[in-house]
Amino acid sequence: MKSVGVVTPQRVSFDAPIALSGGATLPAFDLVYETYGELNAEGSNAVLVCHALSGSHHVAGVYADQPNNVGWWDNLVGPGKPLDTNRFFVVGVNNLGGCYGSTGPMSANPATGKPYGADFPVVTVEDWVAVQARLADFLGIDCWAAVLGGSVGGMQALEWTLQFPERVRHALVIASTPKLTAQNIAFNEVARQAILTDPDFHGGRFYEHGVVPARGLRLARMLGHITYLSDSQMAEKFGRELKNGKLSYGYGTDFQIESYLRYQGDKFTTYFDANTYLITTKALDYFDPARDYGGDLQAALARAKASFFVASFSTDWRFSPERSREIVYALMHNGRDVSYAEIECSAGHDSFLLDDAHYHAVVGAYFDRIET
Amino acid sequence: MTELFGRFDFDVIARWIVPGERVLDLGCGDGSLLKFLKAEKGIRGYGVDNDPGNVLAAIKNGVNVLQFDLEKGLAGVDDDAFDHVIMSLSLQTVRHTVPLIKEMLRVGHEAVVSFPNFGHRSHREAIAVGRMPVSEALPYQWYDSPNVRFFTIADFEALCAANGIDVREGLFFDEGRAVTDDPNLNADVALYRLGRG
Repeated sequence: MKSVGVVTPQRVSFDAPIALSGGATLPAFDLVYETYGELNAEGSNAVLVCHALSGSHHVAGVYADQPNNVGWWDNLVGPGKPLDTNRFFVVGVNNLGGCYGSTGPMSANPATGKPYGADFPVVTVEDWVAVQARLADFLGIDCWAAVLGGSVGGMQALEWTLQFPERVRHALVIASTPKLTAQNIAFNEVARQAILTDPDFHGGRFYEHGVVPARGLRLARMLGHITYLSDSQMAEKFGRELKNGKLSYGYGTDFQIESYLRYQGDKFTTYFDANTYLITTKALDYFDPARDYGGDLQAALARAKASFFVASFSTDWRFSPERSREIVYALMHNGRDVSYAEIECSAGHDSFLLDDAHYHAVVGAYFDRIET
Repeated sequence: MTELFGRFDFDVIARWIVPGERVLDLGCGDGSLLKFLKAEKGIRGYGVDNDPGNVLAAIKNGVNVLQFDLEKGLAGVDDDAFDHVIMSLSLQTVRHTVPLIKEMLRVGHEAVVSFPNFGHRSHREAIAVGRMPVSEALPYQWYDSPNVRFFTIADFEALCAANGIDVREGLFFDEGRAVTDDPNLNADVALYRLGRG
């Protein structure tokens, strides 16, 4: 399969202030984004791809100076791929509060000249979508042909249909949920506590001390990885295999799974920001469109006008198929067009990022139905 | 499985559907019936199928398809959500027959079911010579059949009577031609319109 090839991130500055859900107002902000394919004359073929916790605007392709830095959903997005960039104009954007170039905790606070750090306000899925709408305005997109996302990206796709019902024709909500369970929030809280209690966190002002709360961020990522994989996938991939062929009777890495988690944790601390991690887990925890409707998801989704594609994965225990079915039933109640695929895949929550043939076939078939 | 019978059952079902109705098609296969009813009657609705290949085919056919396991019921679907709930030539593939028909009549005002008649003359003849029947209506060998329930028109009507299911209309066919004389012997397929008793 062909790739979109070399891509270049763009940056846009917005001077109009934005009021956030938590009450704070940002006077101005930047967004970095990438686009693939061509916007047609009617502006009717635009697809927004929303990223999950550790994702970014770099959805597909590579950078000229970083040929190995492949976009996080490159297997799905490109010429001839399920989201075909020969037909669609695809937009990826780093969310507000992110750490890949959009305004976030690492950015300078205009009031102090220093990085925002912990002063960067908590943002929500609703805020992200409001900010993405500013980008749509800037790009001249009145209505998305589709908004697509997996995990917390799927929450953004769903939120688009509620906040801007007239501005999205199709929403593809994959491996997602209408709200986090107590167990989901519990995992997020342990991850946050790992970061918040790291002595190098310095109340979020670690940039000024020239350190990063690597131990906390590492633990958060290790915990996250456990929830992204399934028990069976872990057993298949690592089993009880030993790293050095024998037990150490100590606290080094005995098992391959320990080695894998340590590696993933360490790698994460080299590129991800601890404050962005905190903000994003809060955005996840807070998302609950039914909250303003007494917990009634059917009532909450009544204002959506889009057509929906919902997909879940059989071994995803983080956002299980049951959570996706809740969305489907609420959409059925409202008479919305919806198709739902429950995909057999052993890889747990992370399945949505994999190149499973049936999964990509159904997503591709759905995109083929979308008029441009 | 509908493709095995051409379109005659589609036409019969379409006659029972009022334009613009809300329809749920259980065991929708590739979605052909829904596509047909959308084109002919302007219905709005959903197909349900648990086979990944069928889900893909139905998406390609441009209909709403939901990958649910019918054996687990339709608990998330509202009472009276649909005007008609259809099960075209799939009832014999489901284990929990009575709970499913009751679910159909809970979420729909009326149910439409069609099924192959195990009591058809050709099937009786096969059994009489000691072999399981294989026919246009029952095209599978015993060892590879997706069917898990084998029943006749008489069995089905007895089941409805015993469970307070209102049989509002029954139409019977043999190789696509209407049958009126002794359907339990002469019809290979039966179609029923059912209501709450």
